Amino acid sequence: MSQSTSKGFSRREFLRGSSAAAAASSVASTAIGQDTAVAPQVVTGETSITLKINGESKTAKVEPRTTLLDMLRYQFDLTAAKPVSADGSSGASTVLVDGRPVMASSTLALSVAGKEITTCESLVDDEVPRAFVEHDAQQCGFCTPGFVVAVRAFLNQHPDATEEQILAGLNGNICRCGTYANVLQAVVSLVKGEQNG
Amino acid sequence: MKRFHYAQPRSEQEAVSLLATPGKETVALAGGTDLVGLLKRMVVTPDLVVNVGEIRTLQDIDHDAEGNLWIGAAVHLDEFLRDRRSDPYASAKQVIQGISSIQLQAQGTLIGELLRRPNCWYFRDGHGLLAKQGTMVIEGANRYHAILGNRGPAKFVNASRLAPALISLGARLRVIGPEPDQETFLDLADLYRTPTSEGENENVLAPGQLVSHLILPPHGNRISAAYEVRHGEGPDPPLASAAVSLDVRLGRVQEARIVLGQVAPVPWVAAEAAAHFVGKTITEESAEQTGVESVAGAIALSENDYKIQLAQVAVKRAILRAAGLETGGLDGPMPQRPVERQTEPTPLV
Repeated sequence: MSQSTSKGFSRREFLRGSSAAAAASSVASTAIGQDTAVAPQVVTGETSITLKINGESKTAKVEPRTTLLDMLRYQFDLTAAKPVSADGSSGASTVLVDGRPVMASSTLALSVAGKEITTCESLVDDEVPRAFVEHDAQQCGFCTPGFVVAVRAFLNQHPDATEEQILAGLNGNICRCGTYANVLQAVVSLVKGEQNG
Repeated sequence: MKRFHYAQPRSEQEAVSLLATPGKETVALAGGTDLVGLLKRMVVTPDLVVNVGEIRTLQDIDHDAEGNLWIGAAVHLDEFLRDRRSDPYASAKQVIQGISSIQLQAQGTLIGELLRRPNCWYFRDGHGLLAKQGTMVIEGANRYHAILGNRGPAKFVNASRLAPALISLGARLRVIGPEPDQETFLDLADLYRTPTSEGENENVLAPGQLVSHLILPPHGNRISAAYEVRHGEGPDPPLASAAVSLDVRLGRVQEARIVLGQVAPVPWVAAEAAAHFVGKTITEESAEQTGVESVAGAIALSENDYKIQLAQVAVKRAILRAAGLETGGLDGPMPQRPVERQTEPTPLV
């Protein structure tokens, strides 16, 4: 990848996908998140950051105004997290940052430099999406990746949650189709351990 | 988003020097749950965003020698909730539990919540805090706007859900900047103000200042509770809320603090009603009466007279909840009184 001064993300860069990211990782950069001994720099324009995404070390080129969501979708083709609400009120962009559930749409990419991101894509073999399928916990499916990540984070903290706690805990995710009842059933089945059989 | 510069200081001194960059509009970023949305809508258009989330000294919850609990600007809502040292501050915990989104709890910070910008849709659409000296609100959609403290041009309601509880608990703030090593302490109640002209903020922070710590005094034997009237579950702001902190001995109220939320441009301290509550025993009747007194002087806009009753009920139920009494549900109508309405644009002062 060239040391381009291009602004934003071009379609061409996007299509190059992971090969561009892999090439960029070899470029020496003044990435934040790498060296904490230097004086705090004011980042202007495009900068390289390194971070871990779904267990793999990655380098991304981001501007200060690039959100974590835009970076995941347009540089790494990780499109499970969805852009629904500008302020994250839908929960559709939920990902885990160092294990904590955050809304990628209201997180600046620079602020997660050096951290570990887990997206819905890495949960492909997890019991949570399986339970969603078994309990028909999605209709159009647009909110589902955010819900799956939120459920994973919720169950990590509350493996023995009651129905009441589940309903309260998952309030940050909105489903326009209204599949809440089935999502609840899916989570209850996970708490009961019915997925192991 | 407008282009901006970004910095991630590692110490309070660095943060202050960055925030106080001369000639630049700067803003502090913590969780981002409010700020990033405002940046996207270009309601806030800073030159420099300073992320204070990685400053080590702001990530802790600590007791000092006097028993005050210090909560740093980078402490998240769920970290406070899970910390056993937060247990005595029941009303604050109830409010955070009410923000029942694990994302907002994990991403949002206590101090960031206190500094949320108003949810007024005219403000969020870029018409400024006063929206044409209040005329847009008076003539427009105002069902979520202020019923108290709304005689001036400001009609928005303070957005913080935690502020009423924390003010009633006697919280203070440590503010650093804008000069290097400058440190000031102020009561949380004094952080907020009602702007009277466009360009004034809803808080008193000067450019370059950072709220570094929230300081909760020892709770002593006080009891506290909060009650939010919500139209549904979830992270939406409540319609009206109240928090009380009471010193009750031998069945009688010795001292009371009552603060209402979502009713005025500032968290509304109902000092007279609280003083009047002193000496009484806590019963449904006395709680109800205090609720009515707490919203004395309320003036409804064209669509929000319902909030007067909701605010009364919030106070009543917060008191009963603090006392461990049943807060009730459909227990008969609250006393009605004629509603004063503000229909004409406020004369410009």
